[in-house]
Amino acid sequence: MAAQIRVLRRRIRSTQNIKKITRAMELIAASKITKARARVEASRPYAEQITTVLSELAANAALDHPLLVEREEPKRAAVLVVTSDRGQCGGYNVNVLKEAEQLHSLLREQGKEPVVYVIGKKGVAYYKFRRRPIAAQWTGFSEEPRYEHAAEVARTLVSAFMAGSDEESVEVPGVGVVQGVDELHLVYTSFKNMVTQVPQARRMAPMEIEYVETDGSEPPPALSHGLRSLYAFEPDADALFDALLPKYVGSRLFAALLESAASESANRQRAMKAATDNANELIRTLTLESNQARQAQITQEISEIVGGADALVSAGSE
Amino acid sequence: MATMQVELVAVERRIWSGEGKFVSARTTVGEIGVLPGHEPTLAQLEEAGLVRIDGVDGSTTLVAVHGGFLHITHDGVTILAEQAEIGTEIDVERARAALQRADTSDPEGAAAAARAHVRLKAAGVE
Repeated sequence: MAAQIRVLRRRIRSTQNIKKITRAMELIAASKITKARARVEASRPYAEQITTVLSELAANAALDHPLLVEREEPKRAAVLVVTSDRGQCGGYNVNVLKEAEQLHSLLREQGKEPVVYVIGKKGVAYYKFRRRPIAAQWTGFSEEPRYEHAAEVARTLVSAFMAGSDEESVEVPGVGVVQGVDELHLVYTSFKNMVTQVPQARRMAPMEIEYVETDGSEPPPALSHGLRSLYAFEPDADALFDALLPKYVGSRLFAALLESAASESANRQRAMKAATDNANELIRTLTLESNQARQAQITQEISEIVGGADALVSAGSE
Repeated sequence: MATMQVELVAVERRIWSGEGKFVSARTTVGEIGVLPGHEPTLAQLEEAGLVRIDGVDGSTTLVAVHGGFLHITHDGVTILAEQAEIGTEIDVERARAALQRADTSDPEGAAAAARAHVRLKAAGVE
């Protein structure tokens, strides 16, 4: 009986310790979401401006840049999967990897061979365990991505893309040798709001530029086109376009990384909240059990004492 | 006096925003000075360059900009920078250390040295 109480008390203590950890992780994740969302906001002016500039240029430059033109008979397609470095974030990684698998089978149906690029340790572990080749991997920044990270990934992908699938090996300084590809796809988790994060697959290249939405105050297209051609370019429009497009890919990728980071933290916060709630529930039932055991022990002790005293009294009266 | 809307945005945040009288920058083709009413222009900035913004309040802001684009419209000027540091926020000691560390013999080191020079200039030391 006493042993049972001891066991229960030990379990209560260890559950309380686990609860402290999950509660701390929940709070950390909550503060990280706020930070990540603030960074998404902070990066918005640049994204908007670069889109404006690109739209202006697109009206003036010849639109035959390789990043814009669909290739005939694409053979290989790069798929960049954005996962997290740490676990304990619920279904976050599973969902994004599932989305990636769907994209893979879709690409295979279209006769394209998917080439896997991974961001985040969890994704690397997933493909390694299944003995599937990874063209290149980047880890260590899934929770707090910086632009340099996005720029490096973008540089690798863009050079692989520019080479095309006829090239078997493309040298990328600082990363290694990768295969040339005809298409670039991105699988990441988009942050809708605190409760909804959706894994999404997107084609990055050949790209379609998102033109800036025009409101009613702007002149009609024909007129604005006339205005646009008034632009002076230094150097010429095509050279600018060449320089700008990879940066545009980088900024889009950076936005995706930031959103994924926010989604990861939101998922982790939810998972840790559930874990803390479960720990509370477990502590409640265990405390109940241990109190019952304690009461039973006391009752037994009393009946033993009473029984012993009775026996003594009856022995003395004889 | 005529003024224009000036914005300097880096990838991670907006660095400077407000009314300005004059902006100067270095493009890949050469130095450019922008006054209100400048012809609409799109230009690529030098890899390591100094951008000067004169505000309407008479203040002068120096910013070290590492690669980016200059976008001039009828309404104002926008500078899109991959990386930018405002002069007053630059850590002079670190820039000096980076300058000493940089090995000017190889192209990467020379670029790092150029960046460090620009940062020191923006901080007003050099």
